[in-house]
Amino acid sequence: MSSTEVLSAPHFMEFGYTRSTGPMVGAFLTGLRDRQVLGVRDSSNRVVVPPPEYDATTAEALPADALVPVGPEGVVTSWSWNPQPRLGQPMDRPFAWALVRLDGADTAVLHALDALPTQVRTGMRVQVRWAAETVGAITDIACFEPCP
Amino acid sequence: MSDPVTGIITPIRLDYTYTPGTSPSAFLRGMKDGKILGRRCPSCGKVYVPPRGGCPMCGVEFAEEVQVSDSGTLVTFAVVNVNFANRVIDLPYVSGEVLFDGADTTSMVLVQGIAADEVRMGMRVTAHWLPREEWDFTFANIDYVEPTGEPDADYASYKEHV
Amino acid sequence: MRDVAVVSFAQSATRRDQTRNEVEILLPVLREAMEPTGLTTQDMGFTCSGSSDYLAGQAFAFVSALDAVGPWPPIQESHVEMDGAWALYEAWVRLQHGDIDTALVYAFGKSSPGDVGRVLSMQLDPYVVAPLWPDAVSLAALQARSWLEAGHSEKDLARVVARSRRNALGNPHAQLSGDVDEEALLDEPLYADPLRKHDCPPISDGAAVVVLAAGDRARELCDRPAWIRGIDHRIDVQALGSRDLTTSASTRLAGQRAGVRDIDLAELHAPFSHQELIVAESLGLEESRTTINPSGGALASNPVMVAGLVRIGEAARRISAGEGDRAVAHATSGPALQQNLVCVLEGT
Repeated sequence: MSSTEVLSAPHFMEFGYTRSTGPMVGAFLTGLRDRQVLGVRDSSNRVVVPPPEYDATTAEALPADALVPVGPEGVVTSWSWNPQPRLGQPMDRPFAWALVRLDGADTAVLHALDALPTQVRTGMRVQVRWAAETVGAITDIACFEPCP
Repeated sequence: MSDPVTGIITPIRLDYTYTPGTSPSAFLRGMKDGKILGRRCPSCGKVYVPPRGGCPMCGVEFAEEVQVSDSGTLVTFAVVNVNFANRVIDLPYVSGEVLFDGADTTSMVLVQGIAADEVRMGMRVTAHWLPREEWDFTFANIDYVEPTGEPDADYASYKEHV
Repeated sequence: MRDVAVVSFAQSATRRDQTRNEVEILLPVLREAMEPTGLTTQDMGFTCSGSSDYLAGQAFAFVSALDAVGPWPPIQESHVEMDGAWALYEAWVRLQHGDIDTALVYAFGKSSPGDVGRVLSMQLDPYVVAPLWPDAVSLAALQARSWLEAGHSEKDLARVVARSRRNALGNPHAQLSGDVDEEALLDEPLYADPLRKHDCPPISDGAAVVVLAAGDRARELCDRPAWIRGIDHRIDVQALGSRDLTTSASTRLAGQRAGVRDIDLAELHAPFSHQELIVAESLGLEESRTTINPSGGALASNPVMVAGLVRIGEAARRISAGEGDRAVAHATSGPALQQNLVCVLEGT
């Protein structure tokens, strides 16, 4: 170590974060635990997935009885290729990120798509691949996969 | 039918290769060599231990490196009855702010070698270092300070730092 | 509204800096910005900074950076966990109160110590998006795909990159510069399909400082202040799948509110090549009329939390130098142009 060399060391920040979900996000995650994707019908009669607590136009609270099931199949509305997956991402081999508009929904949800780069295209039909064990988290959707 | 989901746990971990910067690195290298190295502000003349880059009162870059003594004055202290993370220590223990001779800022150091109820402000102390072979780039090479036995320092000499 | 102007601007060189900490990077930049004004940081009526503790890897890192300002006796100070452009907005609002005439704005950030793509995942919905840890490049690439499939060409992306690198040749603070051939750019392999590596920003560490002054005070401190004639910021809906990613509604609205028209030069904060085109279109800018990113923009140098403030500084500097009479500076925050600030500057 020379006298002018600057020191460096590995450092990390780690937090647990326990988050309360509230009724709408809670209902969405409960749905995932039950292997069902839910959206909410808003004031413009659009089905928004994942369901927000408040209407984007009127700012009114959206009621839980406006929740509707969507999917499990849908269409890719956009995608990008992830050549070097990072820690914590849904897959540990290269995969596509995709925005998927599930059947019955008017908005798309972001998740991973397990497909070859030559297979992926906007407009392709995909379906949910559920995790082996569902607990009530977005990762209950392990990823999307092409429809057979 | 299970209860609805009401909460989730979302662990966050971010990794970095952290560099403390030029003058903090010099300080840490000094500690590895058994020296406490501060830096002097060219504007107000104060010596900062450890230095972080510039004088936090004047907003001026440090220039001159100054070695300060590893003996000094205990300017204030706390008698602690609760253990803290990663250290198991006899309770109660004394956590002190030490103004090392030559420095204008205090350093937090464990005080040993004296009963907790005999510690007082102004007490003269000296550093007890870990064995040399255990020294690393860290202030923790100083394990604790202990009384020197000299007469207590005058309050006027350290009251600015209390 | 009180007339407020940029009267001084300075920035650091931007590259990975594995030697200095944030305070050490900031100190010379603050000195350089204060010098022409003849004032000290203590003379400023208000100080506001922009930075991110997650970038630094330390809670309250922004407090440590205050050392560089020399805040003794105590100063009136605020901070935003955002790009310094939003710190400038807060300082502009503060100056509207009329009781102070100057404000100091600074921004700093080191992207090199951590994984900035992962750090920026902290901006995402913590319940249903962030646990997937989508990185900033992947999200920008999703937007790029939507934009390309809406009828645009990757040739446009190459044109933006080539122009950025060429303009950056004249910018001593830029990280990436050079004369690059557009065809050669298109021959490069895809990196995060549809983006190539050069469509993405470099990893930069840096700091920037802007001094604001109001009314006659601005005229005393600067020969040709760059007057803020309009400033506004807007945010799109948070959910990526609910947004039209091919356009920037928040930029458009902020631009209208800020009064974007008759623009000689524009500094647009577009860390990804397609984003420059989306922002320019959303602001209604024509390349035939407006010089875009004469500094090289964020593709040439992208100190996160600083690059937006640098756009304002670069635009203001050129106005003050007489290179134009009316400029727009834009700053962005969040994934895929989620939140945008637009500032119109004038020399007269």
